[in-house]
Amino acid sequence: MAMSSENEHPVKAFGWAARDSSGHLSPFKFSRRATQEKDVTFKVLYCGICHSDLHNVKNEWGITSYPVIPGHEIVGVVTEVGAKVTKFKVGDKVGVGCMVGSCRSCANCKDNLENYCPKMILTYGTKYYDGTITHGGYSDIMVLDEHFGIKIPDNLPLDGSAPILCAGITVYSPLKYYGLDKAGMHLGVVGLGGLGHMAVKFAKAMGLKVTVISTSPNKKKEAMEHLGANEFLVSRNTEEMQFAMDTMDGIIDTVSAVHSLLPLIGLLKNNGKLVMVGAPEKPLELPIMPLLLGRKIVGGSNIGGIKETQEMIDFAAKHNIVADIEVIPMDYVNTAMERLSKADVKYRFVIDIANSLKPI
Amino acid sequence: MPSKCSTKCLNQTHKVFFDSRSVPRAFWENGDEDVTIKILFCGVCHSDLHVAKNEWGFTNYPVVPGHEMVGTVMKVGSDVKKFKVGERVGVGVIVGSCKKCESCQQDLENYCPQTIFTYNSHYTDGTKTYGGYSDMIVVDERYVLRFPDNLPSEGGAPLLCAGITVYSPMKYYGMTEPGKHLGVAGLGGLGHVAVKMGKAFGLKVTVISSSPKKETEAIERLGADSFLVTSDPAKMKAALGTMDYIIDTVSAVHPLLPLLSLLKLNGKLVTVGLPDKPLELPIFPLVLGRKLVGGSDIGGMKETQEMLDFCAKHGITADVEVIRMDYINTAMERLAKSDVRYRFVIDVASSLSQ
Repeated sequence: MAMSSENEHPVKAFGWAARDSSGHLSPFKFSRRATQEKDVTFKVLYCGICHSDLHNVKNEWGITSYPVIPGHEIVGVVTEVGAKVTKFKVGDKVGVGCMVGSCRSCANCKDNLENYCPKMILTYGTKYYDGTITHGGYSDIMVLDEHFGIKIPDNLPLDGSAPILCAGITVYSPLKYYGLDKAGMHLGVVGLGGLGHMAVKFAKAMGLKVTVISTSPNKKKEAMEHLGANEFLVSRNTEEMQFAMDTMDGIIDTVSAVHSLLPLIGLLKNNGKLVMVGAPEKPLELPIMPLLLGRKIVGGSNIGGIKETQEMIDFAAKHNIVADIEVIPMDYVNTAMERLSKADVKYRFVIDIANSLKPI
Repeated sequence: MPSKCSTKCLNQTHKVFFDSRSVPRAFWENGDEDVTIKILFCGVCHSDLHVAKNEWGFTNYPVVPGHEMVGTVMKVGSDVKKFKVGERVGVGVIVGSCKKCESCQQDLENYCPQTIFTYNSHYTDGTKTYGGYSDMIVVDERYVLRFPDNLPSEGGAPLLCAGITVYSPMKYYGMTEPGKHLGVAGLGGLGHVAVKMGKAFGLKVTVISSSPKKETEAIERLGADSFLVTSDPAKMKAALGTMDYIIDTVSAVHPLLPLLSLLKLNGKLVTVGLPDKPLELPIFPLVLGRKLVGGSDIGGMKETQEMLDFCAKHGITADVEVIRMDYINTAMERLAKSDVRYRFVIDVASSLSQ
């Protein structure tokens, strides 16, 4: 007999879930497993709202199984540790990003690339080792295999560090992997949202020149004065785009809507790299000639492994990088989702779980 | 005073045919840095067909194609250091560049924005360039290759385009680690050379093709380790996530998703063919597997020389069908149907007559 979400585990928990593809979130009683020997249990303090949460609750990728509690940019405080836990103690701050499990034995896992493990377990909506479905951070408590816990450096504010756990690593990892992390290089960032604004901050901290490429001219002032971008290109302004052709070593493309790659490839110098971290669900048109004539590449990247996520947040702490956020109470979440779908946020909503998630 | 050279050239219609009429051209005084070459053999590259038929839209008729030529040095300019009269040399796809830009300074003349192509291009003084379907050519020594002694002219000529086109990306994208697995999509002029080079690098090589009848040839003659027919779903499924890299030589429009799926994590799909329309690129497989699609365009002069020396060392030549000049139109028709194993090479010296 199928267990209900409330009864499948021994520890009572409470959160907000979407129950169907309207994506509407509402209070939801469920349960968490008891703390196993390598687990930490923690009280959730803050959870960022990632655009993936919106895609998921509305089943835009066709893979959602309801009810789903989203949230994979989670910061909390440890309340209990299992007998074999060494990484955390009670009272420590802990962060959780997009993954809570992997096979731990394949070549990718051994290489600290759990994010590329074929059996990676996502923080929500995926089957855990025990067969139950994982539930994310729009909830009061979580139980986590310590391996997947991230230590939050002391000098980072907790609310502003939550989004770093997904948005941050999603742009940091490709900057490193594709070698777009050297001082003096010129990086383009397409799209100025949750991912884009983090890319600007990281790249500036690495000493790169940064140009933001956006469809919205009204983001220019913010991009240059507040985020420190060196230049701003409006992608629909063909003259501006032409002038900037052949100037960039790399581009991080955060846009998940279908869009044209040709003008972006044109912005790259020879040997330039266009890295996709947004994932449009329809294929894009790839013009081959420009790729060939400049020996350019289009590559992808997907979050990062745990070791690299820790490295990333330590780098963020060293350079005082946090996300720009709008803190909201739990019951604002549906409005926040609507605003997010219109990109009406600078640049991440973060739910103040501890102070506003009240059990019914 | 202009000197006339006998060349085969193309009439300005879409049907390719050849006249033997002399094409007066500005006779380049063999400049101080130039060599004059008597052409012995010239490979027939698929690009020659594209340009002859103006399929890329920028052909400037009359055009004399041919950018895979081997010949003998007849004359050298006073500043020429690399070559002597009588030496066997090759000329590939480019005969000039600006020599000053960052690409030229890095021996990447092929990425210079002012590359001058061996045919259908112009020198800075406006003189048109004419290619290797002709009896002689005058070229700046920088763009001339020394032909290794043990490399036969007929089988070596196609290396000057086909060879470097696959060698360069194999080096640049790191496809040279022994034991790794290379897929070669398309088994034509480019593809068959890629198989041979892949084996010389110590790679496991799988040919990916739409033609099942090429399998025996691929394995028994070219040395491929395995052969994958793209229309066989079971075999394609079994090969998912098994390849470190793929060289895609196919120039027809084709789906990229099946090829991307064959790649392992961090896999690289490098396209060297030239489809005339954009291809569909699914983004999810790139993101979920940290894969990339890259391009590559021939190679610089230094690297082309390195490639020829590598081929000489490993006994790599193209598989060729040697033809007479007057067979060229038939050859072009057969090439359009991929009816050649795997390159036609014109015996220019023996068959190009006034």
